[in-house]
Amino acid sequence: MAITKQNLLALNGDEAVAYAVKQSDVDVVSAYPITPQTIIVERFSEYVHNGEVDTEFVCVESEHSALSMCLTASATGVRVFTASGSAGLALMHEILYVTSGARAPVVMAIVNRALSGPINIHCDHSDSMVERDAGWIQIYVENSQEAYDSIVQAFRIAEHNDLLLPTMVMLDAFFLSHTLESVNVLPDETVRKFVGTRKIPLVRGHKGKLVPFKLDPENPITMGPLDLYDYYFEHKRQQEEAMQRAPRIIKEVHDEYARISGRKYGNGLIEPYRLEDAEIATVCLGSTAGTTKTVVDQLRTKGIKAGLLRLRTYRPYPVQDIINALENVKAIAVMDRSHSFGAHGGPIFHEIRHTLYEASIHPQIVDYIYGLGGRDMPQTLIHEIYKDLQKILETKRVEKPIQFIGVRE
Amino acid sequence: MASKWKFTIKDLAEKPEIFMSGHRACAGCGPAIAYRQILKATRGPIIATNATGCMEVVSTIYPYTAWSIPFIHTAFENVAANAAGIETALKALKKKGQLKYDNVDVIAFAGDGGTYDIGIQALSGAAERGHNFLYVLYDNEAYMNTGIQRSGGTPHGAWTTTSPAGRVIPGKVRYKKPIAYIMVAHDIPYVATASIAYWIDLVRKTRRGLEAEGPAFLHALAPCPRGWRYDTSKTVEIARSAVETCVFPLWEAVDGEYALSAPSKVIALKPERKKPVKDYLKVQGRFRHLFTPKFEYVIDEIQQIIDRRWKRLLKKCGMT
Amino acid sequence: MTSEHKGWKEIPIAGVCWRPTTDYLTGDWRTLKPVRDKEKCNKCLICYMFCPDGAVTWDSKIEDIGFNLDYCKGCGICAVECPKKAIEMVP
Repeated sequence: MAITKQNLLALNGDEAVAYAVKQSDVDVVSAYPITPQTIIVERFSEYVHNGEVDTEFVCVESEHSALSMCLTASATGVRVFTASGSAGLALMHEILYVTSGARAPVVMAIVNRALSGPINIHCDHSDSMVERDAGWIQIYVENSQEAYDSIVQAFRIAEHNDLLLPTMVMLDAFFLSHTLESVNVLPDETVRKFVGTRKIPLVRGHKGKLVPFKLDPENPITMGPLDLYDYYFEHKRQQEEAMQRAPRIIKEVHDEYARISGRKYGNGLIEPYRLEDAEIATVCLGSTAGTTKTVVDQLRTKGIKAGLLRLRTYRPYPVQDIINALENVKAIAVMDRSHSFGAHGGPIFHEIRHTLYEASIHPQIVDYIYGLGGRDMPQTLIHEIYKDLQKILETKRVEKPIQFIGVRE
Repeated sequence: MASKWKFTIKDLAEKPEIFMSGHRACAGCGPAIAYRQILKATRGPIIATNATGCMEVVSTIYPYTAWSIPFIHTAFENVAANAAGIETALKALKKKGQLKYDNVDVIAFAGDGGTYDIGIQALSGAAERGHNFLYVLYDNEAYMNTGIQRSGGTPHGAWTTTSPAGRVIPGKVRYKKPIAYIMVAHDIPYVATASIAYWIDLVRKTRRGLEAEGPAFLHALAPCPRGWRYDTSKTVEIARSAVETCVFPLWEAVDGEYALSAPSKVIALKPERKKPVKDYLKVQGRFRHLFTPKFEYVIDEIQQIIDRRWKRLLKKCGMT
Repeated sequence: MTSEHKGWKEIPIAGVCWRPTTDYLTGDWRTLKPVRDKEKCNKCLICYMFCPDGAVTWDSKIEDIGFNLDYCKGCGICAVECPKKAIEMVP
C-alpha cells in the first residue's frame, strides 16, 4: 500500500489530539476541562459548534461524570472519547477500574500533570503512573505527531474484539500540550476507513443465547452485577488474558497504520534508539526521549556507545521486548518522572530491574527521579546521567542506586 | 402534560414482570414493591441503570439477574451520569439511523444515599444539562445496604447505627433534606413524590415522568422493615401512614407548577383528616426512644417541622 | 471454588449475568405462607400490586389469583392489605 498524501499542519499536542478525535467518527465525547488538557475540549467544542462533526458532545460537571457517561455510552454500543489529567484523572480513579471491568473500550487522552499538593499544573507522570494497575492500556507519546497517530490507533486497539480494553494515550503537559509542532495529518476519509465502525462481539446472556455485548432492548443483558468471591477472580483473570493479547494487537494496528502514514514508533511497544551496540543506556518515556536522542547523538560523535530505550506502551508492559533491547547493555539508568514515596526508586525502575532479574541479566542499574512538577530536564542534566553511567561502567560499581536529579539541595 | 394513559389493575397484572421474582430483597421490602409498580408503568423499550445500593445488590447477584430489560450498574455516586451516557449514546445511534426504535426510555434508580448524599452532584449536573431520562429515588431513609447508617434522607429523631438513640443525643439531630424541592429548583419538566401505598398515583406518575421531554424526578417513599424496625407485613401500612400524617405528602410539579395529588389533596381540603405524626412514629422501632419521658419533646419538634413543611407545601400548591 | 463453578474461559466477559433470578427460589426463606379464602376474595388484585416478590400470580385465562410459593418469602403484606380480609398467614 502506498503512503497516503498528507497535510502538514501547525498543531500543539492538545490540538493534534482533538484533530484525531474529529476524524475518528466518534459518537459520544463527554469531558471536563482541566489545565493543560483544556485545549482538547475547547477545540472539540469548536468542531461541534461549527458543525464539523456530528458527535454528541457533553460538557459534564466533573471528570467522574465524564468517565461515567463514557462508560455507559460505550456499553450502549457506540464509540466514545474523553480526556483529562492530574486531579481529573484521580477523580476518575474509581471509574477507571469499573470501565476496564465492564470491558468498555473507552479511549482517553491524558495530559500528564503533577498531582497536588501543593497544587501544580505542570508536567510529571504521577497522575497516570498510579493508574497503571487499573486495567487500561497505557501509551506514552514522545511528540505531538505521535499523539495524533496514537489516538487514531487507540480506537482500533481498544475496540478490538480480542481486547475490549479501555486505552489511555499520555502526552506531557505543556512540553507537548501547548507547544506548536508540525504535524502531518491524514485525509479524513483515510482515518475514517482506518478506524472503521465499532464491531460488537456476542456474549451469552441470561436467556441462554448469544446476544450482542451491549445494552439493547431487543436482546437484554445485565452488566455490572454484584460479583462475589465465587466469580470476581475469574473476571479479573479474563482481563489479564485480554492484556496478554494486547501486545500483538497493538503491533498489528501500529504496523497497519505505518503502511498508510509512513510513520513508525519502534515496534509499537518499545522504541530502541542506537541500542544495537550500546554499552550504556537510559530508559524513559514521554517527551524526555526527544531530548535524550539528541544527547545520545552528541555522545556517539565522541565515540561513546550510548543508547536509549523509550517505552511506548507501559501497559501492557512489553517484557520480552525490553529484555531483548537491553540484554547487551552494561550500565542502565532508568528515568522516572514520578516517585513512589518510601519505595526503592520510581515505578519504572522497579519494573525494569525486576525484568532483568528474570532474564538473568545483571547490568549495573540506577534510577533518576527527575522533572517533578514540570522541572525542566535539559540536555546538560541528561549528559550528567550518561557521565555517571560511564563512571559506573568503568568502576563496575553503583554508589547510589536512587538519585534525584535537577532538585536543589 | 397530563398523561392520557388509562390502565386497569388487570392490564398491569397481565404485563410480564420486568423486575423478576427470585431477587434477594428482604421479606416485606418496600423498594421491591416500588420497583415492581414503577416497571409496570413503562411504555416501550427501556434501558435501566441503578446506583450501588440495596436494590442493585439484591437484583443482580452474579450470575443471576432479576432484570428482563437491559440493565447496568457501575458505581454509587454516578447513576445520573450513567443514565446520561445511555441517553446520549441512543441519541447518537438515532442520528446515524442505527436505532431500531423511535424511542427508548432510560430510567435511573437510586436510593437515598445515592441521591441525597453522594449522588447529588451527578444528578444536579444531568438535570442542568437536560438529559431525557427518569430518575427514581427509592427512599428508605438510610443506608440500608450497609446496615442502616444515616443519610441526608433520614428523618429527624430516627435511630440509625450512625445516629444511635444515645443517652444524650436521641437519634438523628438534623431534618430530612427536601430533595424534591431541590430538583424542582432545577427547572426540569417533571418532579413528583409518590408512595408505594398509593400505587395508582405512583404508576401514573412514573408514566408522566417517562413522557416528560427532559429530566424527570420521582421521589418514592419505600419503607424498610429491617431499618425502620417493624413487622414485614406493615410496609404498605406505614407508607400510607406517612401520607396520612403529612410526613410525606404527595404532589407533583409540572414545569415547576406545584399541585397536590389526590391522597394529600383530600387532607388539604379537610384538615381534620390530618393524623398526628405520633401515629406514624409509634409503629416504628427506629423512633421507639422518643416515647420516653426524657425525649418526648422530640416528637413535638417533629410535629412542628412537619406542620411547617406542610404549610409551605400548601402555599406552593396555591391551597392557602 | 467447587467444581460446580465455571472457569474463566467458560463464563461471559465483564460479569454479564447468565441466569435469571427466576432460577433462584426464595420460597424457603418463608416461615408463614398465605392462604386465600376463595369465597371472600373478589380478585381485586391489590395483593398482586403490593407483593414485593411477584409471588402473587394472575392467570388471565381462568381469571384467577394464585401464590407462587417458590418465591413467596412470607412477609404477610398481602394479608394485611387485602380489603376483604381473604388472606391468612399460616405456618
